Amino acid sequence: MGKISLEVNGRKVEKEAPDNTLLSTFLREHLQLTGTHIGCDTSQCGACVVHVDGNSLKSCTALAADVNGSKVTTIEGLETNGKMHPMQEAFKKLHGLQCGFCTPGMVMSAVDLLQKNKKPSDTEIRDWLEGNICRCTGYQNIVAAVKEAATKM
Amino acid sequence: MKDFNYHSAKDSKEASKLASSSSAFLAGGMTTIPSMKLGLATYKDLIDIKNIKKLSGIKVSGKSVTIGAATKHVEVSNSKDVKKAIPSLSSLAEGIGDPQVRNRGTIGGSIANNDPSADYPSACIALNATIHTNERKIEAAKFFKGMFETALKKGELIEAIEFQIPEKSSYQKHPNPASRYAIVGVYVAKHKGDVNVAVTGAKSCVYNDKEMSKALAGNFSSSSIDGMDLDSSEMNSDMHASADFRASLVVTQAKKAVDAC
Repeated sequence: MGKISLEVNGRKVEKEAPDNTLLSTFLREHLQLTGTHIGCDTSQCGACVVHVDGNSLKSCTALAADVNGSKVTTIEGLETNGKMHPMQEAFKKLHGLQCGFCTPGMVMSAVDLLQKNKKPSDTEIRDWLEGNICRCTGYQNIVAAVKEAATKM
Repeated sequence: MKDFNYHSAKDSKEASKLASSSSAFLAGGMTTIPSMKLGLATYKDLIDIKNIKKLSGIKVSGKSVTIGAATKHVEVSNSKDVKKAIPSLSSLAEGIGDPQVRNRGTIGGSIANNDPSADYPSACIALNATIHTNERKIEAAKFFKGMFETALKKGELIEAIEFQIPEKSSYQKHPNPASRYAIVGVYVAKHKGDVNVAVTGAKSCVYNDKEMSKALAGNFSSSSIDGMDLDSSEMNSDMHASADFRASLVVTQAKKAVDAC
């Protein structure tokens, strides 16, 4: 057991957790932030992507202990005053999702891309989303949504 | 995942002091954590080394590029210094896994794990790297011992990897479309009076292809290795590629690398 201190979506949290607690487990089961999804649980599908100190990572493959002291942003942290983030708006507008399971990870990954590359090309978007798997959309509308969001962010 | 004790070490000394026969060092955790989750590895203690400042960073001198063991792939791929000194090393880092893996995974972790399909071991062989540990310096040619096996002793910690700057170099891989690991990857480096052709993904461990190296040292042109018939008897054969296909891929990727130099 150890004390985990994080700033999650702007809120300071401090909780005791066993050393083998994954960040994804900590977010979902200790903080009830279930917007972060567990898909493959083997760091391939990207449904669990969150930001840690401004960079995206797969929360199913990080220990809560080894990000101790960091600032974490999850899908729940993107909205401001009840208004969706431009990336969420774009996914909604352009049908960038069907079942929605991969969407939190897709959105978090895409937001990280636009933080680093404000005007990505189609190829750059597809390369960046390498670690996010969607089994419904065929990706076309996801890429379109990221391009649309790039004009709004 | 089975329970373990997590430790964050302040320096190499503390890290190696904490090490035992049932411990592992944790850097990015991109292989360690999945292996533990799948029950392929269990440890009593995980010793986190990524907060040891000395282990991160990139230094370029006239002849070499030295990269701290806990330096992340994204830092190598974005480094202007690496891009200038050894562009092929920066593009190798850019081709590992996906952005989230590159944001966490480290060069030291990659070579300590010595996955037969990993990218970085080929860079170490091609660029005559020296592996600096907390105890000694090891030449890359003596470091990679076999499948997932290195010359590292228990509790020995990689601190930095020093790459020799070549005259020209290129890394070309035929990636597995799902994992981006190399089905075959070939790193060609032309040094003064010498050529290395390091191959990953093809056999149980990275190796320097002497036959191709010799041919290219005589004439550094893809025509000198064109159609070379490599012995496939020790090559990997799996659902992704047969041994014969891999042997053919080694030549194709080596030719591509030479042409890209």
